[in-house]
Amino acid sequence: MTLAQAPHGFLAQAQQGFLSPTGVEIAFLLVGLVTFGAAIVTVTTRQLVHAALWLVVALGGIAIEYLLLTAEFIAWVQVLIYVGSVVVLLLFGLMLTKAPIGRSPDADSGNSWAALTVAVASAAALVWVVVDAFRTTWIDLDGPAAGSTKATGESLFQHWVLPFEALSVLLLAALVGAIVLSRKAKATADPAKPTGPPEPTGPPEPTGPPEPTGPPEPTKEGKPTKEAKAAKGGNP
Amino acid sequence: MTTTTLAVLVPLLPFLGAAAGLLLGRTAPGFVRPLAVLPPLTAFALAVLVAVRQGGDEAVDAATQLTPTGSVPVELALHIDGFAALVAVLVGLVATCVQIYSTGYLRDDPRYPSYAALVSLFTSAMLLVVYSGDLMVLLVGWEIMGICSYFLVGHYWETPEARAASLKAFLVTKLGDVPFLIGLFALATDAGSFRITKILDTVASGGLDHPTLIALLLLAGVAGKSAQFPLHTWLPDAMAGPTPVSALIHAATMVAAGVYFVARLLPVFQASAAALVVLAVMAAVTMTGSALAALAQDDIKRVLAYSTIGQLGYMTGALAVGDRGAAVFHLLSHGAFKALLFLAAGVIIHAAGTNSLAAMSRMGDLRARVPDAYWTMTVALLALAAIPPFSGFFSKESVLGAAEHAATGHAEHIPGAAGWTVLVAGVLTALLTAAYATRLWLLAFRGKGAEAPDHGRQPRTMTVVLWVLAAPSLALGGLAYGRLPDWFDGDDLAPTLTTSVLGTGVALAGGLLTYAAWRHTTAAAARTPLGAVAAHPEADAATVEAEAIASHEPAYGDVASAPDPADPGRLLLGPLHRHAAAGFHLDAVYTALFVRPVQAGARLVRFLDREVVDTYVHGAGALPRLLGTAVRRAQTGNVQTYVSALLAGTVVLVVAALLVAAGA
Amino acid sequence: MHLAYPVVLSSLLFCTGLYGVLARRNAILVLMSVELMLNAVNLNLVAFDVWLSKAADETLHSGQALTLFTITIAAAEIGIGLAIVLAVHRNRGTADIDKLRDTAEGHETDGPEGPDEATGATDPAEQTEKAEATA
Repeated sequence: MTLAQAPHGFLAQAQQGFLSPTGVEIAFLLVGLVTFGAAIVTVTTRQLVHAALWLVVALGGIAIEYLLLTAEFIAWVQVLIYVGSVVVLLLFGLMLTKAPIGRSPDADSGNSWAALTVAVASAAALVWVVVDAFRTTWIDLDGPAAGSTKATGESLFQHWVLPFEALSVLLLAALVGAIVLSRKAKATADPAKPTGPPEPTGPPEPTGPPEPTGPPEPTKEGKPTKEAKAAKGGNP
Repeated sequence: MTTTTLAVLVPLLPFLGAAAGLLLGRTAPGFVRPLAVLPPLTAFALAVLVAVRQGGDEAVDAATQLTPTGSVPVELALHIDGFAALVAVLVGLVATCVQIYSTGYLRDDPRYPSYAALVSLFTSAMLLVVYSGDLMVLLVGWEIMGICSYFLVGHYWETPEARAASLKAFLVTKLGDVPFLIGLFALATDAGSFRITKILDTVASGGLDHPTLIALLLLAGVAGKSAQFPLHTWLPDAMAGPTPVSALIHAATMVAAGVYFVARLLPVFQASAAALVVLAVMAAVTMTGSALAALAQDDIKRVLAYSTIGQLGYMTGALAVGDRGAAVFHLLSHGAFKALLFLAAGVIIHAAGTNSLAAMSRMGDLRARVPDAYWTMTVALLALAAIPPFSGFFSKESVLGAAEHAATGHAEHIPGAAGWTVLVAGVLTALLTAAYATRLWLLAFRGKGAEAPDHGRQPRTMTVVLWVLAAPSLALGGLAYGRLPDWFDGDDLAPTLTTSVLGTGVALAGGLLTYAAWRHTTAAAARTPLGAVAAHPEADAATVEAEAIASHEPAYGDVASAPDPADPGRLLLGPLHRHAAAGFHLDAVYTALFVRPVQAGARLVRFLDREVVDTYVHGAGALPRLLGTAVRRAQTGNVQTYVSALLAGTVVLVVAALLVAAGA
Repeated sequence: MHLAYPVVLSSLLFCTGLYGVLARRNAILVLMSVELMLNAVNLNLVAFDVWLSKAADETLHSGQALTLFTITIAAAEIGIGLAIVLAVHRNRGTADIDKLRDTAEGHETDGPEGPDEATGATDPAEQTEKAEATA
């Protein structure tokens, strides 16, 4: 590996410089800028629902980057699972927790300055390190796609069968866990219901929320895991 | 069984009885009384058997070494000569009587099981002291007696008097025990053994290097245990304990242990003339002072307590003149009649509902209420006053005879000064003893005034033992003085003419003088009503006594004396009465000399500890506390803060590691 | 293509997610930020896999396999995480992380200090909901 790597790096330096980017690089850079910007808006916006929507943009950008890196299967899985289900799930979560629509001034907690310091410091350190380490490394994108569905499927079901099956057990555990968590919440909510009605203040607001939140949960939480499984199992 | 086996059983049985009593006291109350009475009774029978077998012949010696114990071996040794055999019989007799008496006296006492067990333990310890042939084993018994005395004096611990008295008894005797222990070590170092026989051999061959030092150190312990001046002050206060305890511990046995110890090791003391003179002076001051104090006391038991101190003074006097036969003879007869006096006093206190002589002198027919106590106490008081033919006469005459023997220079190694001191003090004390005995008898039994309250008959257990003890008080002296020399050193104990006439004469004079004074003052008694009786006369004797002790100071203004103008002692002593009633202010002197400096020192230490040492401690604690407060503020409970700090640290560490790896 | 581009992008995305995790108050927003961080890692994995699969003759495509696994686990994580957030919200009436201070030194039943500003409108509603949930 290291033997093969060194000449490549040497070649890359000889052939390509940062000042003469290829078309793919330009596309990657632009999409990366959009992705990064969307990510920053996601973590800074004061409108919670917008944050979820900007997250869609960021995740979609990353999917495009996968495509640019010739990892097509990963890109579609990304779109399917993240954009398709995870973000939807997050939106449901926002609604179920009655997140305010519109600008909420208290979206950031008190230690945002500390968070900013830590984030910028770690970003500087990481960027410094990776640039210092990989500034001469060149990825040869020509030739057969490295992440084609065929290549991915072969490696996954030849070399990675055992972890793949083990992962299905983990998914099952997560499924059961999600159900148990929401069932417990239901069990505590149910006995509360008989005591709820007699209260005079009950009808207008308080009794409302718990009842709708109860039923949808198991299905919501069950869904993504099933989807993930289906996506995983179905494609190859 | 061999004599040795019997002798081992004698201290062992009461010990087992005490252990069983302590263990079963709560769970099986039915066994408590048999467990209290039977072991001392058996021990008494065995002690008699041992005495008969020993018979005053060659001493029985047996020893076994359980384990090597350093340079000077400690052995479980028996050394039973005539002294040990007879003193053990006395201890067994008194202990048995006291246990029987206690079953009636503390009839309803909730703490009777532990009380009886402690008395048994005490008896066992005393018998150990008596029989032991090894000084370390003797010391064990000696200290057990001390702690038992502490607990038993404090039996009525609800009353402040009893609490203070028990503490005082413990501290004062311990004050003597420390030099005593050092003296024992010095003696063992010089002699190379703790065995009494070996020590006596060493002394006989002149191998003792520091006889005076050792003798004086040992004397301190003896003075503490036997209540000799200047360590006698605990004994009158110890009367705050129950009467049977006073009879057993503070009259017949424990206080005799010191005398007995000196008698055993008399050659050691005889090796030092200075020690003998000190002993003689101690005895003289003790007996005269205590007799004067006894004449001024109002509490009947305190009279007897001071009388005990005085009689112990006679014994130490006899030892000072080198006649241990006379000392132990007086010990035996005194043990019998003083135990009788105390037990009878307990009956009187119960019947009268008070312990104050002033109050008793205003009761009409106390004598008719307690005929047993009246007659036996009369016998015992006659014995105390040394009127022939009661036992006290013979024993006291043997002491005076020995003193005269030494004073006239007939005794070897004994300084004549010691003899004269003991003789003069002894004769003077004989006068005073007769005086306070007469005063006690007159005030207690010849009172005039309202009839004493009738509480019915005294329990049979309490009256029978009085008669049992009256027999030796009456007859022991006359029967025994001829035979005892065979058991002891062989010196003649028969009364000599000079001292007999002198002693009996002054005793009669003292009695008559007191009677005259009493006749003179008795008219005043009716004019000054006085007296307080216990609130619960129907309760058992112990309750009555506890109430009487607790009420004496509120009723009469002092724990020792009463403002009674009809007291013949007041007339006889004149201006001395005030000082004598307070024990010649020795307690006040001790308070000024020792207690106050110690308390001041304690306050100083307390100040240093609280204000100086603690300042440093608080100062040392301030910085961590400050840091702790600062760190505690970081525990906000906000998970994001924690993660921020964690990641910040991670970044710093990673950057540092990178810089190091890059060689920057 | 230079390897530096995807790697730098993934670093920046990761730190953006990091900021979100540390700074966001709403638990669901924190979960979103976690997703961002996971995606940054995925991007890294894919980039290196592509590079190494070209550089070496024989490859296991471990980067892509791991990416798939990560995506799967992320899906499971978001399911469980949302279930927990909803349960907390139902019990406490809030999904704000800085109000869950049960581990604080000497904490009271509620957070020691209320939100900085303008929460007067939401607080009573949350309070009644909380009371109802615990009833």
